[in-house]
Amino acid sequence: MSTPTLQTPVRQTLSHLDWLEAEAIHILREVAGQCERPVLLFSGGKDSICLLRLAEKAFRPARFPFPLMHIDTGHNYREVVDFRDKRAAELGERLIVRSVEDSMARGTVVLKSPDEPRNKHQSVTLLESIAEFEFDCCIGGARRDEEKARAKERIMSFRDEFGQWDPKNQRPELWNLYNARAHKGENIRAFPISNWTEMDVWQYIEREGLELPSIYFAHQRDVVMRGGAMMPVNVPLADGSVINVPRAGETVENRLVRFRTVGDITCTAPVESDADTVGKIVIETATTTITERGATRLDDQTSEASMEQRKKEGYF
Amino acid sequence: MANLTQTDTHADSLLRFMTCGSVDDGKSTLIGRLLFDTKTILADTLNQIEKTSKKRGMEAVDLSLLTDGLQAEREQGITIDVAYRYFSTGTRKYIIADSPGHEQYTRNMVTAASTANLAIILIDARRGVLTQTRRHSYLAKLVGIPHLVVAVNKMDLVDHDRATFDRICAEYRAFADEIGLGDVRFIPMSALNGDNIVDRGEAMPWYSGATLLEILEAAPAAHTEQAEAFRFPVQFVCRPQASDDPELHDYRGFMGRVESGEVKVGDRVTALPSGQASVVKRIELGAVSLPQAIHEQSVSILLEDEIDVSRGDMLVPSDAQPVVTKAIEGMVCWFSETPLSPARTYLVRHTTRTSKAKVDGIDYKVDVNTLAREPATGLAMNDIARIRLRLAQPLAVDPYTENRATGAFIVIDESTNNTVGAGMIVSAGGGA
Repeated sequence: MSTPTLQTPVRQTLSHLDWLEAEAIHILREVAGQCERPVLLFSGGKDSICLLRLAEKAFRPARFPFPLMHIDTGHNYREVVDFRDKRAAELGERLIVRSVEDSMARGTVVLKSPDEPRNKHQSVTLLESIAEFEFDCCIGGARRDEEKARAKERIMSFRDEFGQWDPKNQRPELWNLYNARAHKGENIRAFPISNWTEMDVWQYIEREGLELPSIYFAHQRDVVMRGGAMMPVNVPLADGSVINVPRAGETVENRLVRFRTVGDITCTAPVESDADTVGKIVIETATTTITERGATRLDDQTSEASMEQRKKEGYF
Repeated sequence: MANLTQTDTHADSLLRFMTCGSVDDGKSTLIGRLLFDTKTILADTLNQIEKTSKKRGMEAVDLSLLTDGLQAEREQGITIDVAYRYFSTGTRKYIIADSPGHEQYTRNMVTAASTANLAIILIDARRGVLTQTRRHSYLAKLVGIPHLVVAVNKMDLVDHDRATFDRICAEYRAFADEIGLGDVRFIPMSALNGDNIVDRGEAMPWYSGATLLEILEAAPAAHTEQAEAFRFPVQFVCRPQASDDPELHDYRGFMGRVESGEVKVGDRVTALPSGQASVVKRIELGAVSLPQAIHEQSVSILLEDEIDVSRGDMLVPSDAQPVVTKAIEGMVCWFSETPLSPARTYLVRHTTRTSKAKVDGIDYKVDVNTLAREPATGLAMNDIARIRLRLAQPLAVDPYTENRATGAFIVIDESTNNTVGAGMIVSAGGGA
């Protein structure tokens, strides 16, 4: 019953990282070829750092055919914000920063309490920025392995004029024939590393020798345990103020930790780790027993469908 | 399977496969089992599905919950859309396209199949080869999946009976020969108990063939073992004129992905549809010059001569050119609730080129359950038909059976911009 063809691969094929890289470059170039005003969302996090390397491979020696943009919650780690600015400057690419705090000043974002996590409010600022610059496509570093709603999202994902994702009515996506067509006011979200896992990202960072913000590596940090998760406390912001002040009765401990994902300080938890090199992080990623978001994203744990809900509201 | 150690974190190849079957066949359980037994499922995810299993009053952990995605799916207990899942062994990374069995089956299955190099077709051992099995197999054949694995599941419910398995294999084999399926393999399994998936188990000592994971590990990663001609649809032209570097003033890099075959520096190539020829001067990836580029590699190609090439054009070997045509014939799957109308103009996307198109005629429609051909004047959602298209612009095409990349196209409705159909070219149309 066995057939010889299954046993004897004779053609030369790409390694899995090379294949993922080639696919991502292809997607970036399709965005450039099909869209008039795309933008690449760059947060200074590891996934979008990979996107920048992929964009270099896709478009150098020319400039990128799109600017970079960060939707800043105002609650980002200083190290990450500094890294973001440094990386954009090194590449010589234009970086647009729009802040949730601008939306708060405009009254389009209203917080229930001052220390409320601002991740979900990024959607408002993102949609306002899309309208301001008339972007027809936002390139993001989301991956399908991150979350169950993402597992069903297209590589070129259509959003209506309210920025909404309709999971039940997605465009079929076949072969590598991506359809990035949208009418004025509508928007495409393009995800070149959809098919990458957290492990692939780390292996790519290792192979390409990519620089990362320091908080991805093991460091000493003051934390408290809150609601079963580790919470970083007394974190200094770029403007000199301090966020996440310990609450009464909480014990501050200094622990050796690192971040697996970087985001809004109020809802991103570090993990205990002594991995201080990319190589050690690759090994830690291979042997961990907790998923990336499970370990670190407090905002995804509020309900079974919270990511799906945020995406329907325009989140990337 | 071997435990992950620090030395085998680097999988060295990638295989994309799909699963076809309905929830009743145990498809979700099979995928859950693959993820679970390859240790892809991490503790917190497992805790979550344990909680959900308990909440729903189940005693054991229901592995099928691992593939539940959207809120509406959990509410209705159905799967709406193709989902992509990932796992990795020491030697290989896998991407599973998990296609739902009932809802929109043609649309979803064709979508999942378009990027798969292997399909697992699930059969419930108690029920044998069903209409649905034939339908899935026909679609796998239509979309050109080179390797099929027939998983005869739920063997635990037929007392692991060898005769039952043999009977199902014989019946499927007869059908496979009838529709011309090539490489088919059969495995008796129990996804529930994990027999013959990653671990062999002890329930079926009479089966000495490969386990599912062994087959997946050995399957060729390339879509075809045939030598294919070089095809390079140009996505974007790199002209860094604004750069301060005078060396770059004349730089013109044609960016794209090698969709098939390979290309070396010094190869003689022709740009289509213009027909102008030149020689490959350089091949670049980022700042690195390469002597050659192989199938699926994204590169920039620089030519010796200044010829006019832009997005939508294709570089091909001067001595192995595809047909350039303004009429095509092919099989099309219709995805839209709005029926295909020969009165309308559509957009056809083929490689990187988009052209207006009109339907010249529908030769016949295929009943995917009986494979009978029927006359048709329009196409409804999930219909499959052989049609003829007339194009406003010339396309450089190969038959889909010879070249997946230059034989495939999608149909776009200009008013909504939705992808409403997918097609596989059989031949250039008459009058080309």
